[in-house]
Amino acid sequence: MGPQMSTQTERPVTRPGEHKPTAAAGKGRDRKRSEVRLLSSLGHVALVVWAVIVVVPILWTFLASFKNTSEIFSSPWTLPAELRWENWGRAWTQARVGKFFLNSVIVVSCGVFGTMLLGSMAAYVLARYKFVGNRLIYYLFVSGLAFPVFLALVPLFFVVDNLGLLNTHTGLVLVYIAYSLPFTVFFLAAFFKTLPTSVAEAGMIDGCSHTRLFFQVMMPMAKPGLISVGIFNIIGQWSQYQLPLVLLSNAEDKWVLTQGIADISVNAGYEADWSGLFAALTMAILPMILVYAIFQRQIQSGLTAGAVK
Amino acid sequence: MRQGKYPFVIGFLILPVTLYSVFVIAPYAQAFQLAMTNWRGIGTPEWIGFENFQRLFNDTAFWKAVQHHGIILLALPLITIAIALFFAFLLNVGGGSKGGKRVGVRGSAFYRVVFFFPQVLAVAVIAVLFQMIYRPDESGLINGVLTKLGLEPIFFMINPNLALWSIIAVLVWQSVGFYVVLFSAGMASIPTEIYEAAEIDGATRVTLFFRVTLPLLWDTLQVAWVYLGIAAFDCFAIVAVLSIDSGGPDGATTVLAMEIYRNAFTYGRAGYASAMGVALFFLTITFAALMLRVSKRESIEY
Repeated sequence: MGPQMSTQTERPVTRPGEHKPTAAAGKGRDRKRSEVRLLSSLGHVALVVWAVIVVVPILWTFLASFKNTSEIFSSPWTLPAELRWENWGRAWTQARVGKFFLNSVIVVSCGVFGTMLLGSMAAYVLARYKFVGNRLIYYLFVSGLAFPVFLALVPLFFVVDNLGLLNTHTGLVLVYIAYSLPFTVFFLAAFFKTLPTSVAEAGMIDGCSHTRLFFQVMMPMAKPGLISVGIFNIIGQWSQYQLPLVLLSNAEDKWVLTQGIADISVNAGYEADWSGLFAALTMAILPMILVYAIFQRQIQSGLTAGAVK
Repeated sequence: MRQGKYPFVIGFLILPVTLYSVFVIAPYAQAFQLAMTNWRGIGTPEWIGFENFQRLFNDTAFWKAVQHHGIILLALPLITIAIALFFAFLLNVGGGSKGGKRVGVRGSAFYRVVFFFPQVLAVAVIAVLFQMIYRPDESGLINGVLTKLGLEPIFFMINPNLALWSIIAVLVWQSVGFYVVLFSAGMASIPTEIYEAAEIDGATRVTLFFRVTLPLLWDTLQVAWVYLGIAAFDCFAIVAVLSIDSGGPDGATTVLAMEIYRNAFTYGRAGYASAMGVALFFLTITFAALMLRVSKRESIEY
């Protein structure tokens, strides 16, 4: 195939394989160059536009958190006349964003710790030990990947209720762990399988127990995998909305951040406290920007790890 | 050497398996049982066979929800994947080759970081954010600008013909960055020689994209489609928070998760809501089977 390939899209008449004199080849190259320039400038414009679409809403929220109601209604583009930190204060204490934030931190740290511990224990045993029922248990876990949580939402509510764990953080944490296990086990089992057996065997010869081998040899070796899944679980559990909505509905002081923010947005409509809502929203977004700015690389690989696998 | 294997294996499995059985497997199993009863959350469930499913068949809200899943299932992956592919190509291959390595256009790293960011935010928070952006009066970001320009405001969430698309737009806004990064990883594993060979043959970037990148990225595209399909069957948080009256106006944005939630926790129809859950289960299975069928195409080894 000659230089015609470049022009094939515009000139379907030219058949590939047909020989053209060199002059035409030069012409094709010129056209190619101008096409390249046009495409890359169009591409650049598209990239800038999308970056603006992503950044502007967040920037706008941030600015509006310092405005008063009349400023919010007058123009979306004017800067606030002064930094009204009282909006933030109102959101933090009165709308209890502080409380919700702390609740989220508690629930997610317990949830992720439990998920990682139980998930890696199960994954390790399933990946590296032969025993009756190994495959059955493995597929039981993995099949959980295919079904959405809310399929079993109604019975789940009554299971948690019967255990007396409704409206408690303990109940929510246990449910988070249970529903995070399928992905965690699936991912870590694949990871443990790739680790070399020689180190484990050496440890066994040295008289290391199975348990010690796991915690002192295998866990440190699996660190990259643990970090990826850990990030995946932190972001997944931090973003959960439906489970806390159902399981903590009657305990307002135990609500997590997503629930709290959604509720504030409903109340803001009644009380017309838009600046308070913007401040609350900023408080929910800002920490994520900071965390993302610091761990950007790890977060990207953690979240896409499951898909690339 | 492997002495005392079984106590260790059991010790390590007992907690995760118990937790998983109690909170995941038992509810899934019970959902199928409850679907056959008229249970309302208290008392003993009464067996009514397939009555719930017959009612489901005549439930307009249910069919509306199914229809919305169909629309989201087509629109969300198509739009997201198209935009993400375009950007991923620009960011990875668009800059030509330098020193034998394909590079993206200038500022690629920056764009990748910015685009990915919405993925880190909770959907419920994004829903509140877009509630403000979509507000029908001057206080909304978009309508504030439109009014300043002397244009008519757009009623994003109020207009029933627009509401669902406004929600899909938010989902696209959030997802694109994730798939840009995902496709970038896929594109990075395509050997440079293939691009070079094509370029020596005079291929333009358009041809490079359609003849080289796209076919070699098929596996990653499949994964993306499945992921977005799963997302299309959820949508609870965004609909519950962003739409008017949780799925409105007049059911124009409702989804199955919303109907399950409403039936179970507002109307107290535990049995009926479970039947919806079971219906959803079969929809998901059908989707998965269809996906496997449709995407059955020889992947190219390289």
